[in-house]
Amino acid sequence: MFKIVHDPISVEEVTNLVSRREAGAITVFIGTVRELTKGKRTLSLEYQAYDTMAVKMLGQIGEEIKNKWPDALVAITHRTGKLEIADIAVVIAVSAPHRKTAYEANEYSIERIKQIVPIWKKEFWEDGTMWIGDQLGHAEYPEGSPSKEE
Amino acid sequence: MITVLFFAEIRDVIGLDRIVIKKDQITVLQLKRYFESKYPLLSFDQFMTAINESFVTDEEMIKDQDTVAFIPPVSGG
Repeated sequence: MFKIVHDPISVEEVTNLVSRREAGAITVFIGTVRELTKGKRTLSLEYQAYDTMAVKMLGQIGEEIKNKWPDALVAITHRTGKLEIADIAVVIAVSAPHRKTAYEANEYSIERIKQIVPIWKKEFWEDGTMWIGDQLGHAEYPEGSPSKEE
Repeated sequence: MITVLFFAEIRDVIGLDRIVIKKDQITVLQLKRYFESKYPLLSFDQFMTAINESFVTDEEMIKDQDTVAFIPPVSGG
């Protein structure tokens, strides 16, 4: 249910992992590579992950969701390596009996990915490159250190 | 012996994705100070640390055979 992959992600494959008879809704979040960030043009991106720990932390997000929304089921696949503009970087699929849970648990998943999953993004611009999130003290965890659980 | 993993900016500065060194029976903070003295460009205070794939605090003791990873602020998604 939780994967780090190096090849293009199939949205349908991730969605199928949560498809089930109990579901009345499936929400699918597709995170893609954006060309412009605050006016600056991105040429391409590179994602790097601590693969084994990333899978473990994605699993932890799954556990957190099970505690908060017992009837939700989540699957997450994140891609690493070199990505071009509009490529899919991450797909999160959540199924639940009702849509509200499916929406909420899906948003929760992406927020937690940005806090606790060891994946890093390097931006390639016309005038240079930068690992995002860690530049000489500018980078901060938005809500303090990544907590072990919520 | 312990294995230390480097990612993102740290990997670029050090030029390696891992090293194996004899540095057990010290704390995470002591290991951070050791690398800071070798690589003054890097400020290890801003990095989280994982031992054997679990986040730990700076006070955690590193044992023989542990895998230590320095985790810069993450930027996935």
